Order: sequence, then structure tokens, then C-alpha cells
Amino acid sequence: MTLLSILGVISSAIFSGTSLLYTTLGEVIHERSGIVNLGLEGVLLVSASTGFAVTSLTGNPYLGVLAAALAGGLTNMVLGYLVVTRNGNQLASGLALMFFGFGLSALIGKPYVGAKINGLPRILLPGLSDLPRVYTSLFKFDILIYMAIPAAFLVWWLLFRTRWGLSLRAVGENADTAFASGRNPRLIRYQALFVGGLLAGLGAAHLSIAYAMNWTEYMTAGRGFIAVALVIFSKWHPLRAIVGALLFSAAVAFQLLLQSSGVHVSPFLLDTIPYFLTLIVLIAWGGTRKHAAPASLGRVYHGTE
Amino acid sequence: MSETTAAHPRSLVLRQKILNAAIRYAMMVLLALLLFGIILLISGKNPFQSYKDIFTHALGSAYGFSEVLVAMTPMLITALAVALPSRLILINVGVEGQLYMGACFATWGALTFQHLPAWALLPLMVLLGMIGGSLWAFIPGYLRSLGIVNETITTLLLNSVAPKIVSFFVFGFWHSPMDTDKTAYFVPAARLPTFFGTRVDLSLVIVLVLLVVFWFVMKYTRWGLEIRAIGGNPQAARRNGIPVNAYLVIIMCIGGAIAGLAGMAQVSGYYGLLLANFSRGTGYMGFLISWLSFGDPIGILLVSFVVAVIVTGGNLLQLTQGLPFAVINILLAITLFVVLARPTFLKEKKS
Repeated sequence: MTLLSILGVISSAIFSGTSLLYTTLGEVIHERSGIVNLGLEGVLLVSASTGFAVTSLTGNPYLGVLAAALAGGLTNMVLGYLVVTRNGNQLASGLALMFFGFGLSALIGKPYVGAKINGLPRILLPGLSDLPRVYTSLFKFDILIYMAIPAAFLVWWLLFRTRWGLSLRAVGENADTAFASGRNPRLIRYQALFVGGLLAGLGAAHLSIAYAMNWTEYMTAGRGFIAVALVIFSKWHPLRAIVGALLFSAAVAFQLLLQSSGVHVSPFLLDTIPYFLTLIVLIAWGGTRKHAAPASLGRVYHGTE
Repeated sequence: MSETTAAHPRSLVLRQKILNAAIRYAMMVLLALLLFGIILLISGKNPFQSYKDIFTHALGSAYGFSEVLVAMTPMLITALAVALPSRLILINVGVEGQLYMGACFATWGALTFQHLPAWALLPLMVLLGMIGGSLWAFIPGYLRSLGIVNETITTLLLNSVAPKIVSFFVFGFWHSPMDTDKTAYFVPAARLPTFFGTRVDLSLVIVLVLLVVFWFVMKYTRWGLEIRAIGGNPQAARRNGIPVNAYLVIIMCIGGAIAGLAGMAQVSGYYGLLLANFSRGTGYMGFLISWLSFGDPIGILLVSFVVAVIVTGGNLLQLTQGLPFAVINILLAITLFVVLARPTFLKEKKS
């Protein structure tokens, strides 16, 4: 077990955790406005395939990231129409959106299966240029990784330090009261879905353009659902979401460490640890959980008649 | 969607209601076909030809129709696994995980007791599958009955865990010498019998029986009455001495057992082996079907049939039109969107 392999493990954990953090932040915003988005898996797939396709077409990964983010925001608008305008059931609409994403992403991505792209350029962590080459290659990250933690703080600032965030949380707690105080719950929920979709799109972009650098059907492999779990784990708070994403990254890192040190533990069993941890945390927080979840989460806002 | 009407002779009102509902759903499906047609056009296909292919394939031949029944079976079982708990306002989003656990337990039975005759092995596998599913549903049910964690959250979490447990066993112990991600084919005694040389297997009959039992229990027994009472008003039910918490746990477990049966039927009937990550959202589809049909047995049958026609026809779309199979999910999703959005021009008239 050398220092090099430990650093390598940390590096790959950072790569795998980044897309989760963005996606979780997106879901935090949805849920703070009172909407559970179970279709996140589908949104991620659509974003990942769109981002990859645009990168492949234009040769410019930044355009791909932009396209992926927009695709995420727009896909969420479908959910917005169903649950905000048409008062559809959120869980069912979300699952329908997931199936939509399965299909649409396969259609978008099909011509690009196996295509080669220029991934997002990786930049060395500043101040490390003196290190030997084997080390520096481990600390070259793309811009989305550098922006991930600042993004969490940005979301925190948006939610807790701006008027828009206050309105958004007010709608999530009680849409009728928010309406009575002069806010437009429907508009705010659309906005929350769009912004959340942008963030999820960034996560998906990191997955297909920066990390895997290819497109395969169902490539997100359940990340959308992990994000929904992480939102609960982080008690609907963007800064705690960092801890949640780190937890999953750490599980990945731990797995790789064990493998590289020759210990034979099934990676599949290690994969389940974060979920059980989340479950344990939920049980431990049992009584107080109610105070953390937005009060009108999952409820339909019927408007005043 | 179905507002109750009064002051008419009951049968007439019922017939009118059914007719209205039929027209409404038909219009919705048409709208969905229209929207998907646009997507087909954009991707350079002829929508009319595609639809003709889908429906002649799925409904025009005996073979096609048998394939519709094959596709329909897991939908029926998983929808029932959601519908039963939903009567207690338990939201079982965890059918996907329970299905994996059922498949896992049943496969263990099939591999361990492969020398047993079919009449002993199959019931054993059914039992094991149901135990697997209900164990997976017990955790959320029990936590919910304690009032600690909402069952929606726990079932979702456990959904992500179950496929990994299946992978652990398949990759680690059960895989066949040739493959890493699947077991060898089960011995014939561990396969559900099929009918008339098609792929329709015994699980279809089982689930049809279960649907009738479900309908009967809900309508004519004390349990059904008490379940409906809890679903209507848990506080009132509790004060009337109904053991609400026991019902929550038991019904959740029965739901899980049914989901486990779906998993068993998939490995023993449809696949004939256990494949890692074999289900791409079957459990979620069951949730959607149950939700669209309001947990009603007839509704479950109808909605599953429509969805199965779409999926079966989609298989052909892949062959003749060169589109990826997953594309059929778009048609499915658009159909669901249209139903979920309840277009106003189709709104039922309130009397």
C-alpha cells in the first residue's frame, strides 16, 4: 500500500462523487419548493446523452456542458407541467418522467455510441506543479469538479440568503400561506424545477463528458435515486449534501483501497454500505426528521378557488 | 377522476360511467399516439407504418397476443403488490427491490434443491420468493408502524440495495462456468410450466387468481372492511379498536410477498435463470399501473394490457424500424403523461 495508490483512490473517488453532488443539490432545490422528483434518473440520462451528443458534434466540451444543463432544466419542465399546472401525482409523474428519460436518451444517444470526444480539459490543482509527474496526473481535475463545492455554497446562499430562496422555501412549507403573502407558488415551483434541472444536468455532464467520456444506455446506473436518498440524508440542506456526496465517494474509495491491497470483499456488498448508513441515520434522527422535511413536500397546490 | 354520481338507477349510472371512462382513456391513448408520432417523424420514421406494425404484431397473431400476455404478467403482479398496500395509504415504491429479493431467494431454492421433483420444488420456490419479498418489505413496514421513517423513503433506499445483493450472489457464487453475470439455466423442474407452446406461464394464472382474491377480500371480508376503514381514517380506525400498526406491517409484508412472487416468476418463468440487474424498472411500472387504475383489480387488468401491447409492439419496432428498444419507453411515458395530465377537454362531466 503506497502513498501513490491511496492518492489514486482519493482522486477517483472525487471523480465519481462530483456528479452526485450536483444532482443532489438539484434535488434539494426541488424538494425545498415542495416537489419530489423521482424522475431524476431520467433527467440525468437525457442530459448526459444530450451533452455527449453536442460535444461530439461541435468538438467543444463546454458547449456540451451547457447543452446538458439546459436539457436537464427543460426535461424538468415536463414534470413541472404535470405536477404544477395539471396537479398530477408527484411520485407517479416522476416515475413516468424516468421512463421518458430512458427512451429519449436512447434515441438521442444512439448515433453516438462508441464515439470519441475531447473531454473537459483537466487542470492541475494550483501549487502542485513541482510534484513528480506520477503524482500530478492524479490531481488534474476538470472545471466541474472545482466548481462543485462552490456550487453547494451558491445553492445555500440562494436558498437561505436571497428573497427568491425565502419565497421558494415558503412555498415548500405552505403554498397557500406563500400565496397569501403575495408569492406565486406555481411560478416559483417551475423556477425551482428549472434551476434544479440545470444542476442535475451539470452532474450528468460531468458523468458523460468529463468522467466516463462515452455514452451508453442507462449509464447513470441509479445515480438519480442515490441523489434522492442523499437529499434525505442531508436533511434538505445543501451544505450537508457535500457530506452525503463525500460519504458515497468514500465508499467507492474504500472499495478501491481494499481491492488494491488485495483484500477480497465483494464490491457489491461495499456498495450497499452508504444506503444502510443512510437508513441508520434516518432511524437515529427519527423524531426530529419531521422538522427538517419541507412541510408541503409532495402535496398538490390547488390554488385558491 | 371518478366522481360518484347519485340519484340515477345504479346500473345505468354504472354503465354510463364505464362508457365515459372508456372513451376518456381511448382519447388519451390517441393523443399519446399523436405525440409519439411526432417523435417518430422527427427521427425519420413513418408513424403510420410503425403503428400498424405495433398493433398487427401485438394483436394480429396468436403468437403476438401470447407475447402480450407474457409482458403483462409481471405488470399485473407488481401492480397488485402496490395496490394492496395503497388501500392503507401505504406508498410501496419498493416493489423493484422486493422483486429482486424474491428472485434471489427463489434462485437459491432452485440451485440448492434442484434434485427435488417439480411438484415440490416449484411451490418451495414460490414460498422462498414470497419470503424474500416480504422480508424486504418488512423493514419499511415496521419502521413506518413505529412512526420513525416514512415508507416511501425506506422502500426507495432498499430498492438500490437489493440489486447489489443479487449481484453479490450471482457474481460471487452462482454464475455459470461460461458467464460472470448470470446463473446457468435452471433444471426443468425449477421452471414454471408454460401453455400451448407459448411463453405464457403459470404465473399468469396465479396472478389472475390473486386479483380475484384481492377483490373478494376487499369487498366481502372483515379484513377488507378494516383495511378500508384504516385507509379512510386511521385515527378513527384506531379508536374503534382496529390494530392499525399490525395491519400496516402485515399488509406491507403481503405486498412484498406478492412482489417477491413477481421476482420468482421472472427467473423461473420468463428468464429461466437469474441475471444480474435483470429488471429495468418493472417494479416502478407496477407502481404506475396501480396508481393509474386507482388500485382497482379490473383497472389493473386493463391498464396492464394497454401497456403490454405497447411494449410488445415495441419489440417489433426495433426489428423493422432500426430504433433502439428503449425508445418504446417514450411512447409509454407519453401515454402516462397524457393520463397524468388529465386533459380538460376530456374531463368527466359532473352531474
